[in-house]
Amino acid sequence: MAKVPPPSFSGSTRTSGEHSFMTLKLIARRIGFLFMVIWAASTIIFFVPRLSPVNPVRERFSEIARLSGFAPEDLEKIIESFSKQFGLDRPLWEQYIDYLWNIMRFDFGFSLNRYPSTVIELIAQSLPWTIGLLVVTTILSFVIGNLLGAIAAWPRAPRWARNFSTPFVLFMGVPPVLMGVLLLFFVGFRLKLLPLGGAYSIGVVPNWSWEFALDLLRHQILPALALILGSVGGWVLTMRGMGITIQGEDYVNFAEHKGLNGVTIFRDYYLRNALLPQMTGLALALGTVVTSAIIVEGLFALPGVGTVLINAIRANDFPVIYGIVIFITIAIAAIMTLMEFLYPLLDPRIKNE
Amino acid sequence: MRTAAIRPGAAHQPGRVTLFFRYLSRNASLGAGLAILLALAAFTIIGLMVIDPMDAYPLSAPTRRPPSWDFPFGTDFFGRDLVAVMVVGMWQTAFIGLVAGGIGTFVGVVLGFVSAYFGGWTDAAIRTVCQVLTPIPVLLIQVVVAGSLDKRDVTIFTMALIVVMLAWMGPTLIIRSQVLTMKERQFVSVAKLSGISDLGIIFKEILPNLLPFIAAAFVGQVFLAVFASFYLAVLGLGPLREPLLGNIIWSAQSQGAFFNGWWWWPIAPSVGMILILGSLALINMGLDELANPRVRKSE
Repeated sequence: MAKVPPPSFSGSTRTSGEHSFMTLKLIARRIGFLFMVIWAASTIIFFVPRLSPVNPVRERFSEIARLSGFAPEDLEKIIESFSKQFGLDRPLWEQYIDYLWNIMRFDFGFSLNRYPSTVIELIAQSLPWTIGLLVVTTILSFVIGNLLGAIAAWPRAPRWARNFSTPFVLFMGVPPVLMGVLLLFFVGFRLKLLPLGGAYSIGVVPNWSWEFALDLLRHQILPALALILGSVGGWVLTMRGMGITIQGEDYVNFAEHKGLNGVTIFRDYYLRNALLPQMTGLALALGTVVTSAIIVEGLFALPGVGTVLINAIRANDFPVIYGIVIFITIAIAAIMTLMEFLYPLLDPRIKNE
Repeated sequence: MRTAAIRPGAAHQPGRVTLFFRYLSRNASLGAGLAILLALAAFTIIGLMVIDPMDAYPLSAPTRRPPSWDFPFGTDFFGRDLVAVMVVGMWQTAFIGLVAGGIGTFVGVVLGFVSAYFGGWTDAAIRTVCQVLTPIPVLLIQVVVAGSLDKRDVTIFTMALIVVMLAWMGPTLIIRSQVLTMKERQFVSVAKLSGISDLGIIFKEILPNLLPFIAAAFVGQVFLAVFASFYLAVLGLGPLREPLLGNIIWSAQSQGAFFNGWWWWPIAPSVGMILILGSLALINMGLDELANPRVRKSE
């Protein structure tokens, strides 16, 4: 049996040894960039709060002091011992090195407000909710938006179908959280069709039954709809532009002259080629999508990362605020890097140079 | 190519105002955006003259009144008249947008010019910083910045500064790429050969040609600034005492406005914010058409 060389990374004609060297160098460079982004974000998050005159520890303990009323001298003593215990009295550069090392191990310290819990525990508890919401809404809005955009640019589509996407483009300027307020008002408050917030009805214990699943789903519809309506328009616009460019391509003309039917041309010649660059947009949109999801979760009081963040802001729980921000930044940067590696596999026209 | 003969007498040039309106009728999104923005500005200016700004602060009106003749937008849980809140909130939003948008665009234009015109190490440094900062979700970093300040000291002006801190990369990259292409054009080469200094070329040759791009970048920055300040305020990081539109939504949401049936409380600021952001987005699209002649429609 003849030895078949393994398919190369980007399908180019270079010899495989030279090629894998190029790919390795590229991977190393991208990962280096990823670490630079994470380092920059962590450094900003480390130094900015320390430039501010506010001492988070003092802030938090004076709040507790106000509520339970102990003497100011004791407050100073508590702050001092707390600072010593957590190494906040050491030189700044020592703290900085420790901090970077802790971030690499995903150790963001303890929550001040829910003390025995660590920040990473709080994130781990709430993350599944956020990821669920994000994955569903991103996939739905990507599919709907690209389909509508492709139809809007397709000259053979009926007129009503081409104009169907216009309202979504108008919604584009509306941030999802405002869309959420309007949906809450019209669907939740006026029509009383769907619940006003929370992950499931009050008094229900989570269990593995169909009623509970349905209840869960009903609570997720409005937040998901708010996010989808806000992001479909962006996909429509870019896909329409892409579609108009592709219509002029020779291979589309050729397919038409071969007498292929419209559906085949639309699906295999037009949509497939227009979709590939849209995948790039998916990575670029990630930051916006995550930040919108956080605030929509807060509005609908879903138990995701967003609500944890809002509660932490309300309670001056600084380690949680910083931990969540660093965690999300790392996640976004990592996913973007991963997607960059995946593009050449999806689209042989892109070569990682 | 056919040329139409011009009849004598029909060739009078229409005035500037007429031309402007004619352009607006072709550029529908610019026209609509400007119209909405002007209406909002009129609401704010007339409102500031008619109402007492102190009505926008707590304990100035009866609490929790639904919209009525006396209080067209209703009053909230803390006794704020929502009409006054909208007027003052719009004014504060405009202030944040203009200050942050102005600073951001200015920094972006300067850095973009320096980067593209002088090239070399400065260019590499500025470009790398922009590239490293761009994937970081700016809004979240702003959450950290706003979160580390003393909430009692945050003012509208601090808010604008927080918003602008990490928002200059966009204009920098836009202006940089435009200057790079413009630098190679013939009129710049001619100017260089005729011995005009660097500053002369920048201010007299390149800058005037970049004005549409700078205007578009400015509107984009105002949009981002308004959006960022709104985002922070909805998370509860705004100057809590001020009637910023985002703050109102935050407090309505923390008091469970919909659960308690006070539907008008979050609705007025939401609609106001949608109109502000929508008009800015429309103007931005319209300016894009103006700055980018390839998508410009013919008369």
